[in-house]
Parts: sequence; C-alpha cells; structure tokens
Amino acid sequence: MTVNSVEVRHVSKHFTLRHTRSLKEMAVWKSRGRELSNTFLALDDVALNIQQGEALGLLGWNGSGKSTLLKLISGVMRPDQGSIGVRGRVAGLIEVGAGFSPDLTGRENVYLNGATLGMSRRQIDRLFDDIVDFSGVSRFLDTEVKFYSSGMFFRLAFAVAVHTEPDVFLVDEILAVGDEPFQRIAVARIQELCKEGRTLIMVSHDLPMVERICERGIVLREGHLSHDTDITSAIRLLRQTDRAKS
Amino acid sequence: MLPLREPGIGGGLFYVARWRFLLMLLVRKELRVRYRGSVLGIMWSYVKPGVQFLVFYIAMGVFLDLNKGTQAYAVYLFSGIVAINFFNEIFGNATRSVVLNADLVKKIYLPRELFPVSMIWVALVHLVPQLIILMGGALMSGWRPGPLNLLAGAVALIIVAVLALGLGLLFSAVNVLFRDAENIVDLFLMVGTWASPVLYPWYKVRDNVDNWVWVIYQCNPLTPAVELMHYCFWFPATHHLTPHARFLANAPNLPTWSLLSIATAVVALAVGQLVFARLQGRFAQEL
Repeated sequence: MTVNSVEVRHVSKHFTLRHTRSLKEMAVWKSRGRELSNTFLALDDVALNIQQGEALGLLGWNGSGKSTLLKLISGVMRPDQGSIGVRGRVAGLIEVGAGFSPDLTGRENVYLNGATLGMSRRQIDRLFDDIVDFSGVSRFLDTEVKFYSSGMFFRLAFAVAVHTEPDVFLVDEILAVGDEPFQRIAVARIQELCKEGRTLIMVSHDLPMVERICERGIVLREGHLSHDTDITSAIRLLRQTDRAKS
Repeated sequence: MLPLREPGIGGGLFYVARWRFLLMLLVRKELRVRYRGSVLGIMWSYVKPGVQFLVFYIAMGVFLDLNKGTQAYAVYLFSGIVAINFFNEIFGNATRSVVLNADLVKKIYLPRELFPVSMIWVALVHLVPQLIILMGGALMSGWRPGPLNLLAGAVALIIVAVLALGLGLLFSAVNVLFRDAENIVDLFLMVGTWASPVLYPWYKVRDNVDNWVWVIYQCNPLTPAVELMHYCFWFPATHHLTPHARFLANAPNLPTWSLLSIATAVVALAVGQLVFARLQGRFAQEL
C-alpha cells in the first residue's frame, strides 16, 4: 500500500518586492507615478504527491522555485493559494547551521540545534554520542563554536540534522561544503535514512549526486512543474531546457 | 498512521508550552550571548539597577527634596523602578526578538512566539536580584508584609509581564515589516518611567493637572501596577499609622483601577497574539 507523505495541492506563491520602505521616498515615488512594489510569481499552480519512503530530487535552474517549494513544505512560508499536507514531522536541512550560536560550545549547540529541529531532550540525550561520533569533532565539544573551522562547524551541524529522525527530510544544497571523505559519509547516511522509510526531498545543483540518491525527479521551470519522471530522465530533460534556452 | 497536516500553523501561545525545552535553551543562549566576553557577567544585572537607583535617588530624593516628604523614599522609589525595569526589559527585548532571530525564522519552522516569550524568562533572571535587594532594603526599614501586601506585589508583576508580552508580541511582528517599531517602543519605554508614579507620589499628578488627565494617567495599566508594588514593599516598611503613609499607600480606588489594569493587560495580550498570528505567515519573506 502506498501512502502520501507530502501532498502539494495546486500551490501558488508570489513575492512582493518592495522597492523602498522610506516614507520620504514612498511619497516622492507615488507623486511621480513610479511603482512602489511589484510582484513576482515564484510558484504557479504546482501540484505534486510524494509517497512515503520516496526519494525525490527537485531540479531546476536558479530562480525556478525549488527552494521556495521546500520552504512551503517545511512551513517556514505559507502558500498564497492551494495547500500543503505533510504526514509526520518535517526536518529541513534547509541550511545547515541555522540555529547555531557561535558563542555556545559544540555540546550546547547540539542541544540547541536539536531542539530547534524538533527533538525532545530525551531524544537528544539518547543520540548525543552518535551525533558526536558522526561529526568527528569530539575533541572540541566544549570549545565555543566560533573557534571551529568551517569544516568542523559544518560536520557538527550536519550530524545533528541527520540524527533528528524526521518523517520527511528536506535537503537543500547542503553537501556543497565538507571534504570528499565527509561527503561520502554524508551521502551514505542520507541513503540509510531513505532505507528506513523516511521521505526525502532534495535540492542540489550537483546533478550526479542527486541522481545517485534520488529515484524520482521533478523539473521546475519558472515556477511551473514541467516534468515529473524518473531521476535520470528528469536530469536529461533539465539539460535539454538549458540547450533550448541558449 | 499520522494524519496529513498543514505545515507552518502553530497554536500560538498555547503551543509554546510544548516547546519548553527549546524555550529554556533559548533563554540560556540569550543570557550567554548578552554577557559574552564580560568579566562581571551576570553581576551587571546588579550594577545597572544599582546605579540607576542612585541617580534617581540623588536627583529626585535629595535635589528635589522628595526624600523629606516621603518616609523610606528609597524603598518607595526602588519598588517602582523594579517593576518598570521588568516591563522595559520584556517589552524592549521582545520587540527586537523576531528580527534578531531572522536566521532561524527564515530557515526553520518553529512557533515564533517562542522568541518574545523567552524574553520574559530572561527578564525574570534579572528581576530576581533586584527583588532581593529591594526586600533587603525594605527589611532594613522595618518591612513586615501581610499576605495581602505580598499578593499585591505578585499581581503587580503579573500585570507587568502580561502587558509587556502582549505589547512585545504586537510590536515584534510589526517590527518585521517596519523597523520603525523598535524606535517607537524606545519612546514608549522612555515615557513609561515618568508616566507612572515611580519617581514621585501619585497626588502630585492629581493636584497639578486637570481631572481628565488624571483619569488617563490612571488608565495607564502601569500606574496601578506601580501602586501595588508600593503597597507590597513600601507601605509595610513605614509607620503605618501616620496619616501621610496611609494617604500615599491608598491611591483613590486602587482596587478598581487594578482590576481595570488586569483587564487591559489581558486585552493587550489577546491583541498582540492575534496580530502576531496574522503577520507571522509573512515573516520569512519579509526578513
């Protein structure tokens, strides 16, 4: 039996780009008939069901609406039209390290970040050693994070994020940092999460990696869902749109 | 099986209780960040109100002679200052809290009410040392509070916290759209100390302005809160029997005004939560 883990029901999202917030400029511009703001359609009537346990790659060039869609699924933003349904807990690796505080130690940040991503104290206590082992920064656990190298910082943040045990897992361009050995561990860990039956939605411009992890691919173009197929075809279609454009 | 749920919809303030653990960590982070790289650290929460008290005491008590008209003026003054500081800290910090946590707000969904609410706990951490000093000073003046006095003090601090949280929710949400809000709040805070009977006794207002101004003055929810603080900490530290002390401790219709003040604070909280819930859908894209 297949169950929908995420339902995106005809969702649209537009952004208002305000050109000024200064009262003076607003008055001047208004009097000259210049527009104070314009709207920009980031997602246009996107409909999509994602089944439980599926690994989905969201593909598209810059500005196609991928990240906006992820933010809508995570709840950070709300759609203007349509609705979204998610089964279980979503955790976003939308940006690793968001919610880290440079003045706290590594240990304190594991707790703070874990709690931010929706973990309970007991859950973090239980997984703490795993997280630290995975990150490989155990020696610096009681050092303030601001003294970490960017690689160490990333590894600890990533370790927390992949241990949050969410039902739906959002990944946005997070593997760009980190050296090759760590990337290998990271990819293995993501694949492991998929095997446990968690739903994965991934955004990355690293197409070979997406192809390795995901089964299904969605191509977004200027806010429209243009293709929904297996990942290999999706990547081919994405590359064709590039050729068509140029 | 778990139901399909719409992401990004919280239950407002009621939902915050479920995030107690994160709330506690946020409070700890805030305190840590506030005192990072500082030698005195949390001791600053004794030094600052101490200096503030001295300045007011010398200016108002000595230079303007209020010292002579009022028994234990130092206790009178400080009990008001403690309440106002509590208010200012919650309101001021809460207003900035959402913008300061823009990183989190933009990237991870959590009930955003957590940020303003956490400021109550931060302010409480700073309130406790002030209360201890206040009680010490009051005891030295012969403070012997009864249950009614203590109840008044508790009610005063609850009024202050509820009101400040309500206004803080309101202005923190508006501040995301227009950063002017934090400057407006700074103005409020500046006026607040003078628009309630912290530095001077209430009758100076009644005797020097038209009646309608006096009514408005009492409508300020902080006015009864400060009077309740006086009733808790100052009145039991005076020689109750002197007519002047009795007169000062019993502003006209204080119980009625206190009830009104409680009602105002609750309304402020409801309005603040409503506006916050309304605007929070736009936080991530406006920050």
